[in-house]
Amino acid sequence: MTSQIQTIIDPPEDGHFRNGLATNGSTPSPTTLSLHLTINGRDHALDVEPRVTLLDALRERLHLTGTKKGCDQGQCGACTVHVDGERVLACLTLAAQVEGRSITTIEGLANEDGTLNAVQAAFLEQDAFQCGYCTPGQIMSAVACIREGHAGSDEEIREYMAGNLCRCGAYPNIVAAVRQAAQELRS
Amino acid sequence: MRDFSYLRADSIEAARNAAALPGAMLLAGGTTLIDLAKCGVAEPATVIDISHIEGLNAIDVTADGALIGALAKMSHVADHAEVKSLFPAVSEALWQAASAQLRNMATIGGNLMQRTRCPYFRDPGNFPACNKRAPGSGCSAIGGVTRGHAVLGVSEACIATYPGDLAVALVALDAEVDLGERKLKVEDFFLAPGATAEQEHDIRPGEVITAIEIPGSAAARRSTYIKVRDRQSYEFAAASAAVGLELEGDGRTVRDIRVALGGVATKPWRARAVEDALKGKALDEATIREASELAMQGAVDHGANHYKIALAPRVIARAILKLGETA
Repeated sequence: MTSQIQTIIDPPEDGHFRNGLATNGSTPSPTTLSLHLTINGRDHALDVEPRVTLLDALRERLHLTGTKKGCDQGQCGACTVHVDGERVLACLTLAAQVEGRSITTIEGLANEDGTLNAVQAAFLEQDAFQCGYCTPGQIMSAVACIREGHAGSDEEIREYMAGNLCRCGAYPNIVAAVRQAAQELRS
Repeated sequence: MRDFSYLRADSIEAARNAAALPGAMLLAGGTTLIDLAKCGVAEPATVIDISHIEGLNAIDVTADGALIGALAKMSHVADHAEVKSLFPAVSEALWQAASAQLRNMATIGGNLMQRTRCPYFRDPGNFPACNKRAPGSGCSAIGGVTRGHAVLGVSEACIATYPGDLAVALVALDAEVDLGERKLKVEDFFLAPGATAEQEHDIRPGEVITAIEIPGSAAARRSTYIKVRDRQSYEFAAASAAVGLELEGDGRTVRDIRVALGGVATKPWRARAVEDALKGKALDEATIREASELAMQGAVDHGANHYKIALAPRVIARAILKLGETA
């Protein structure tokens, strides 16, 4: 059975919500949800179980595999995306939770003509990666870090980029790339 | 992760009613609930998403006090100009917690409901015994690897550390949590394990946190949060201290002082013995260090966490010394 997200409208006076859910005794059973997600400015329709995370929806259902699955536990930052312009972890976000929000992934960062975002270009120039697996998350995090105004010094960049781990240890070049992009975007 | 039903609540009243459904759990930022569902610790039958309720994320701050809506994001409160100037310990506790991404997700109300990071609690597959998860099953941490476990407020049932930072600052500043029908001191909202480790909060079925209130004070305006940990950032506290200080006109005699501890206790821990020892005293380093030791009265270690008994008083002393210097 597939259904839309059900919103509980009113405090029930008769023991039932307006959409028919009993408040006493019975528990609604899991159903597949029909979602509309706005990703990189495009509307995507998909049917998912309620437990499906935004990360799995992006990678397994919509084949937007730029967003990486590292730890899947909210500890590494590889799955960083933007929701309504703020960086969050897609692995700890339910897909259903972000219906109605605007989602940006690494695939949506460059201009339509292929010109790279300043942060992407700076990561290339500064060689800010080795294996590259953490890089989409690093870049999404860095774009937000600069926008938040938390890239004012190397110390601040290190603190506010701490949620993105790099097992190759490319940190010095990552800091250099964020510093360079922040300077370019300020000027 | 076991599947569940997903519902959205669009009002606090709807959330309260839905929260009373059997097996229902509230979802705000999701940073604890989704994580624990993946670990197999949380198994909600129904997830009630309250993150779309309008008007619950306001941050109102004056010199008299701060009123922070339950759905305000940690990052927004941390960066709020008046929170920084009037309640610096709150801002400092927030920006030193978790990562920028998690702080953009996690809410202030959800933060108070954060669960322990005890590795035995988080691993039901390998460690079935956990009095928090299964009351009466025992404690796998006692006799296990205890480096991160609590030394204050422990019982034979549980030694899991309260992991958060914000609540430590809130306890120091006498903040209250608004549950709608009831308001509680944050200090009383958190429960030490005793014989009922599964009860971590004084919250009843159908109650929803709507806001926290922090009274303004001179001690709140001169406050700080110091967090010592195994790595410089993105790590839980080995020991932390929230301290607020008000001095007499002479600039060195203590009129009011608040001290609370994180990373070493089973709940955000107010250290009143330290406060009582310093009120009315002129501040000097020896007096501060001697008083700070009193925070560890009644401490019980389980081997590998013994270092916390030496560490925590030093963190308190460092915080008081820092505030004294800014007199």
